[in-house]
Amino acid sequence: MKEGKKENPRREFIRRGLLAGLGSLAAGSILSSCSDDKSGKKVKVLTPDGTLVEVDASEIQPSEEFKIQAREGIPGRKFVMVIDLAKCYNARKCIEACQEGHHLPKDHEYMKVYLMQDSDKSAPYWFPKPCYQCDNPLCVSVCPVGATYKRTDGIVLVDHDRCIGCKFCMTGCPYSARNFSWKHHEEYDDTIVYNPESSVPGQEGTVSKCIFCADRLRENKLPYCLLACPMGVIYFGDIDEDAVTNGSETVSFSELIRDRHGYRHLESLGTRPSVYYLPPVNRQFPVDRGYESLDDDIKERYRNTEYVKKRG
Amino acid sequence: MEMTNTASFDKLREFRSQVERPGKISIAWTVLLVLLILWGIYALYVQITEGHIVTGMRDNVVWGIYIVNFIFFMGISYAGALISGTLHLFKTRWRKPVIRMAEFITIIALFIGPLYILLCIGRLERIPYLVLFGRIQSPITWDVIAISTDIIGCIIFLYLSVLRDIAALRDFKELKIPRWRKRLYRWLALGYSGTPEQQKRLNNATDIMAAMVIAIAIIVYSVLAWIFSVTLQPGWHSTIFGPYFVIAAVYSGTGVLIVAMWLFRKIYRLEQYITKKHFVNIGVLMLILAAFFGYFTFSEYLTKWYGSQKDDEQLINLLMDKYFLMFIISNYLGVLMPLIVVGIPKFRTINMITITAVVVIIALWFNRYLIVVPTLESPYLPIQDARIDWISYSGTWVEWALTIGGVAAFCLFFTIGARFIPIIPVSEEKERKPRKEIL
Repeated sequence: MKEGKKENPRREFIRRGLLAGLGSLAAGSILSSCSDDKSGKKVKVLTPDGTLVEVDASEIQPSEEFKIQAREGIPGRKFVMVIDLAKCYNARKCIEACQEGHHLPKDHEYMKVYLMQDSDKSAPYWFPKPCYQCDNPLCVSVCPVGATYKRTDGIVLVDHDRCIGCKFCMTGCPYSARNFSWKHHEEYDDTIVYNPESSVPGQEGTVSKCIFCADRLRENKLPYCLLACPMGVIYFGDIDEDAVTNGSETVSFSELIRDRHGYRHLESLGTRPSVYYLPPVNRQFPVDRGYESLDDDIKERYRNTEYVKKRG
Repeated sequence: MEMTNTASFDKLREFRSQVERPGKISIAWTVLLVLLILWGIYALYVQITEGHIVTGMRDNVVWGIYIVNFIFFMGISYAGALISGTLHLFKTRWRKPVIRMAEFITIIALFIGPLYILLCIGRLERIPYLVLFGRIQSPITWDVIAISTDIIGCIIFLYLSVLRDIAALRDFKELKIPRWRKRLYRWLALGYSGTPEQQKRLNNATDIMAAMVIAIAIIVYSVLAWIFSVTLQPGWHSTIFGPYFVIAAVYSGTGVLIVAMWLFRKIYRLEQYITKKHFVNIGVLMLILAAFFGYFTFSEYLTKWYGSQKDDEQLINLLMDKYFLMFIISNYLGVLMPLIVVGIPKFRTINMITITAVVVIIALWFNRYLIVVPTLESPYLPIQDARIDWISYSGTWVEWALTIGGVAAFCLFFTIGARFIPIIPVSEEKERKPRKEIL
């Protein structure tokens, strides 16, 4: 029985220790939530009647409806993009407009332009590559927390607020379409209320990517890249409506794909992309013209390609 | 209390210096390890405050040394579990002096391994999301479930196997240790006094756990391999990755076990207990695993090279060019050295086997590096970037500091563990049925 007496204080000690631990945890979380209360940061918000007002950042609580909307997608839509490789000469306006629209630093590209050459003897061509918004997206399958998801309108979105930054989706994507925010950039404007559909602002330690400008689509506007392209390379539209537009002409999607022999990149992987390419035939500009007009630091990117090596 | 074997007291008397006050060298060693760990913690602080930009990882190679370390530590952990579980189940008579080390390796590596996956996570504060928003479709969720099951299973197995020794330490009154430790032993011994009923129960429980630990270890390491092989990356999308990883894991584990045996034999002067026979026996196990590992590696790369699909070819070219030396050490030296040293009786000395084990450990670390990094450096779409560090990966001081910190933590926990519970089991376990010896 002496044993028992000795044991009791110890048990008491452990119990108290546990309680104290839990208590401090709770206190910590309360404190951290309190500190948020006085951010002093002003945020601009648009009210439903269209007036711009400024409120304290802490007062902003994205409504549940807003979050559900961003998860479900735009009803009755199924978006598709067609990229005409015959017209692209790497003007890079799409990249600049995208970076500006999404508040991205210069080294962070949702849209990339590759210099492709399928084999030694085949002709080189410029190859713009956004996210393909696959219908069988491996990035979505492997996400452990549902931060990246497929919507009814075909768009694959990333919720920066949910992403834990494990980067599994980046290894899962066979098209290298995803970017990671390796540090905080000043372009990540914290005064903007985060919207998964616009993917603005970026967040350090999370994954982001091209999202077909989902926020603009909701307002019936076309993506930044499309509007910025001087050549009308990018067509965008709804696969169910069977219509795509590059801003100046609107054509039938199925006819365009049939007549110009549209294809999807790396079809064999079974990811079923929503982005189609028109092959680089009857080109309006030779590859050289696009290459020569590039800045030196951009030229440097293509130094390992057969094309540049041959030029010397 | 009298039921406890007096023979275990004799052994405890011999090993008492291990568990009593630590010597000067031992303290210096501990301080060194703590300093290395602190360096690692400082590196972690830098990584958290400045962002993952301080690592060598970039958008193409998103996983680097951290993941290599994760696979490596998990590997030696499962190996410990498999070795100790198998030796226990087969009632191998010579297992006694080495089984405790294998169990320690299991538990300690199992705690250090998962820390490395946390280092890859961009938003550490969101770790609870893995449970709150967990999706069973994701292999990472499989891994979370598998690893936590493994940790619990291995802790129970280790606890059951040290219970007799804890009871002996509790009953051995001559031991000069602080009171809190005596109390701790009494608490941990759970009133075990070696009655026939208790013996029977303990034996049953240990047998069940040994079998379970083997099964769990195979499943968990396969799940880890599937994280890579479910993706479409040319170097990872392979059907043999599960068994390949399991074999590689046990292989690396035998290496770590041999090195631990050599070190403890020297430090605690255990020449009488850990004999050449043990080195040769574990060495033969290493030899068999080397053959399996070589076979898996060969068939993995042969099929890639022979078919010469464009994307596979790109990877093979990278391995044969930039990573040639690493490839040779990992997949030639790491396979052939055990075959020669343990295979030819003339070379079979304790020191030679230990040197081979060190080479095997390095080779297996390189093997994981070659699986992770070159694959990410050769994606389907060519990397076209002006920035060198975005094209090819090399670890930064932060990553190396945390790697060394992890190894130091492994050594530190091993040192503390060995000071707390004798590294050679002291209590005599009554084998119920002396079966035919298999291993």
